[in-house]
Amino acid sequence: MGTSVFYFVATLSVIFSLMVIFSKNPVHSVLYLIVTFFTFTVHYILLNAQFLAVVNFIVYMGAIMVLFLFVLMLLNLNKDNEPLKSTLVKVVGVIAGCCLVVTLVGTLKATAISDPVILRNPNLGLVKNLGKELFGPFMLPFELCSILLLSAMVGAILLTKKEKV
Amino acid sequence: MDIAFVIEKFVLVAIIFGISLVIAMYSTYAERKVAAFLQDRLGPDRAGPFGILQPLADGVKMFMKEEIVPSNASKWLFMVGPGLAMLTACIGTAVIPWGSPIAIGDRIIPLQVADINVGLLYIFGVVSLGVYGVMIGGWASNNKYSLLSAIRAASQNISYEIAMGLSIIALLLVTGTMSLKEIVDGQHGWRWNVLYQPLGFLLFMICSFAETNRAPFDLPECETELIGGYHTEYSSMKLGFYLFAEYINMFVSAAVMATLYFGGYNYPGMDWVLANTGPVIGPLIGTGVFFIKIFAFIFFFMWVRWTIPRFRYDQLMHLGWKVLIPLAIANIVVTGVVIAVIEGF
Repeated sequence: MGTSVFYFVATLSVIFSLMVIFSKNPVHSVLYLIVTFFTFTVHYILLNAQFLAVVNFIVYMGAIMVLFLFVLMLLNLNKDNEPLKSTLVKVVGVIAGCCLVVTLVGTLKATAISDPVILRNPNLGLVKNLGKELFGPFMLPFELCSILLLSAMVGAILLTKKEKV
Repeated sequence: MDIAFVIEKFVLVAIIFGISLVIAMYSTYAERKVAAFLQDRLGPDRAGPFGILQPLADGVKMFMKEEIVPSNASKWLFMVGPGLAMLTACIGTAVIPWGSPIAIGDRIIPLQVADINVGLLYIFGVVSLGVYGVMIGGWASNNKYSLLSAIRAASQNISYEIAMGLSIIALLLVTGTMSLKEIVDGQHGWRWNVLYQPLGFLLFMICSFAETNRAPFDLPECETELIGGYHTEYSSMKLGFYLFAEYINMFVSAAVMATLYFGGYNYPGMDWVLANTGPVIGPLIGTGVFFIKIFAFIFFFMWVRWTIPRFRYDQLMHLGWKVLIPLAIANIVVTGVVIAVIEGF
């Protein structure tokens, strides 16, 4: 039952992420992306990682995508005023895409099909256990990540200030 | 998973859904009556005794109106918008504990649809999704006022979510759990969280007002500047859905505030009552108390709406970013220090 649910949701993820690329209207693209993120949330729940699921839900669906949508609505892009792309740009795009595909296929071929990882503690994804892991053995990497995020935030604020600081 | 479990949950979901719709319906009536009282008028009094049938009359009117889809609107999204607003308003009730478990025979029925261990974050996630209904509807209408309103709603929602999240963190420090059931059980009798987190409650309540787009934060539907805001182009039941979703949101956030800060179904002297009234009536009295708290909050929402004028947009942003967020951070620090001192580091 778990596997069939996984395949169903995985198919949905793939379909919706393809729709992100294929839809003409950027706002529709973002909306498909939101649905794709929702299917990711379902994946996390299937993996019994409730905390990650709900954080994915809040941060990606509830905050980041709202900002994406906000910017796209402000720009009001549609077919009439879309800048025409030259043939050169299209060719470059195709070549870059092909390179990415080759790299991805190569990496996937290089990795052997791994044995399914069996967690020592199946409830690792619950808040209490995850917190103990993060603030215990993984304290240093976790704090470093937060400092990285903080510096990115300070940088973004500095960039928006027009006058010399 | 036995069949009785499924039936039990199904019945519970149906009851909660029904109750939220009825309460939302009668909130429209209550709102008009409260407004009338505050402005020294009578309010609706024609349909039925004291105008008690007014919500039904309004509902029928909504259904009978002509359904209009603007010719330049994005058709699908125009229809998805109100549905999404309604959906996000309704799913928040799933994790709220409505009462202590009822025992019928040897079967114990919890009055909560789902006790997940991230219940508080679930509520927060649902709240942050709530803005999509407004944004999609406002954009799909292809009307500049609607678009402006959608953009206002998005920025307001994002800004106040931060302060709300920070005030929740301070609450988590006190309760030590994210399961709403355990949070409520931790407030047995008189030990309500509002006594330990008065500032946190104030911040949370202000943010709830902003997240539900209620006055004085109803800038997305500010009629003096934006005609009707995001629902300018809507008619018939689609408009009805938007208006209805606002009242359901109000009900849900009143329930969340009562759960988190005012003890949920706990009240002083509940042990005596539970011991003397039996395993069914006792918990139901608790549920009744919980609903009294919810109604008090709903009344407060209305009282504020008809008392305080709307903010200007820059005042809204100023309050959100420069007042509420620093206060919330200070609240976390103070709470953390006090807990550390009490528990002896």
